[in-house]
Amino acid sequence: MCGIVGLFLKDKSLEPQLGAMLSDMLVTMTDRGPDSAGIAIYGSPSKGRAKITVQSSDPKQDFAGLDALLKPVDSSISVELKSTHAVIETDADKASAVRDLLSQERTGIRVMGSGDSVEIYKEVGLPKDVVSRFGIRQMAGTHGIGHTRMATESAVTTLGAHPFSTGADQCLVHNGSLSNHNNLRRELVREGMTFETQNDTEVAAAYLSAEMAKGKDLGQALTSALDDLDGFFTFVVGTKSGFGVVRDPIACKPAVMAETDQYIAFGSEYRALVNLPGIENARVWEPEPATVYFWDHEKAA
Amino acid sequence: MDVSVKRESLEAMRVFDLAKTPLRELNSALHAIAPGTNDTNFEVVNPRGSHAVAVGIDQPVTVEVRGSVGYYCAGMNDGGTVTVHGSAGPGVAENMMSGAVVIEGDASQYAGATGRGGLLVIKGNAASRCGISMKGIDIVVQGNIGHMSAFMGQSGHLVVLGNAGDALGDSLYEAKLFVRGEVKSLGADCIQKEMKPKHLKLLAELLERAGITGVAPEEFKRYGSARTLYNFNIDNADAY
Repeated sequence: MCGIVGLFLKDKSLEPQLGAMLSDMLVTMTDRGPDSAGIAIYGSPSKGRAKITVQSSDPKQDFAGLDALLKPVDSSISVELKSTHAVIETDADKASAVRDLLSQERTGIRVMGSGDSVEIYKEVGLPKDVVSRFGIRQMAGTHGIGHTRMATESAVTTLGAHPFSTGADQCLVHNGSLSNHNNLRRELVREGMTFETQNDTEVAAAYLSAEMAKGKDLGQALTSALDDLDGFFTFVVGTKSGFGVVRDPIACKPAVMAETDQYIAFGSEYRALVNLPGIENARVWEPEPATVYFWDHEKAA
Repeated sequence: MDVSVKRESLEAMRVFDLAKTPLRELNSALHAIAPGTNDTNFEVVNPRGSHAVAVGIDQPVTVEVRGSVGYYCAGMNDGGTVTVHGSAGPGVAENMMSGAVVIEGDASQYAGATGRGGLLVIKGNAASRCGISMKGIDIVVQGNIGHMSAFMGQSGHLVVLGNAGDALGDSLYEAKLFVRGEVKSLGADCIQKEMKPKHLKLLAELLERAGITGVAPEEFKRYGSARTLYNFNIDNADAY
């Protein structure tokens, strides 16, 4: 099964509540998959700054003295520890030097996601426990996506949890299973993409990143995905300013969307949407099969 | 107020608030009704997308659901009349035996799947696989239906006032399909058939049962099985 949710705010006054709203939506979907959960929150980017969300299974050892280790690379660096994750904020020009140093000095650390605005948190366990251990409810943001997993294609591990991020400020959650992911992974490796897991969704994320790297926007990349990905999928995708949804042509995997003047929301089921403000008068619809939906804060502005 | 009248009106409608009452209590109360009981009017408030609302009814009760429901609402209904004043999730009225289910809004995928009898009316649109494997149910959709509807339909009728998606009636047996709008494509072994006087009469009756007025049976086209895939023939291998 798996449960997925997404929320894209149009009304800025709701931004302080994004984390709380998305957490409620995800917790409601718990019985669609109790194995692991994850959330990506897009906050307001600050000019010239980059964020790197990292994870460790041994945070005590891997995060000890992280600040002191990275300061010589960028004196303005800040490190915020959140349970098994840490968010490193750095000068955007120094971000790749920071990542290089981390991979050399702290081999237990994995990068969950990076970019100007995204923070990604994911762990094994129930959504309610995952959102509380990372303090997701207190987070503000412009848009976000979440996932609760019933594992099929790869092991129940932190790295196998969604969202998957394979490019700056890009991430994806998936309900379904892909059947051509091994072949596609080989092709993407040849194009220079790197993979952390044997998971099918990571391949979909990397595919979209590769397509966008070729100059496509999110909507165009999702359109190509309909031709190149084989299998069952309902995807919800986030980029720095955008939010997209696409379902495979068979469309077995459930999806409901709602739109008001304040937000665009996605849920695997209507239950995920019932606490949103003004849902009684929202336009509620089921996204069509093989049809790309996407919204962009920058293009809308 | 006359006490006896008040008591009667209380008995006349039992209200279950799913924000306060577990779903199991509603369904247990529906299942506990003995034949011949007068206490047959139920109202469900705050369904908030709950699954399996009013499943397994086997008495002629009336259930008014005030809001949208999740998976399998009114599944296996046998004689009840269930009205959803909202939209329905996947599998509404699946395997209905008899009675009626009315959805005021839209229905998600596989509405009326495998239904053996009764009438399902969807006032909005139905998504993919509407009436898949239908076996005697009558389904009337006032809006459009999605792809692969009536797949392997064996008997019963599917009436669509709007348009039908891809692969309508794929591998159809003897279910009869009537579509007023466009059909995006027909599935394997499904063909358009002549609308004879007996079909016009049948369709008029179905529209009347669904409470639809102002629509003439002559506006519809009839689709059914070409009956070439009933038994496996190696020459038809590509069509399956």
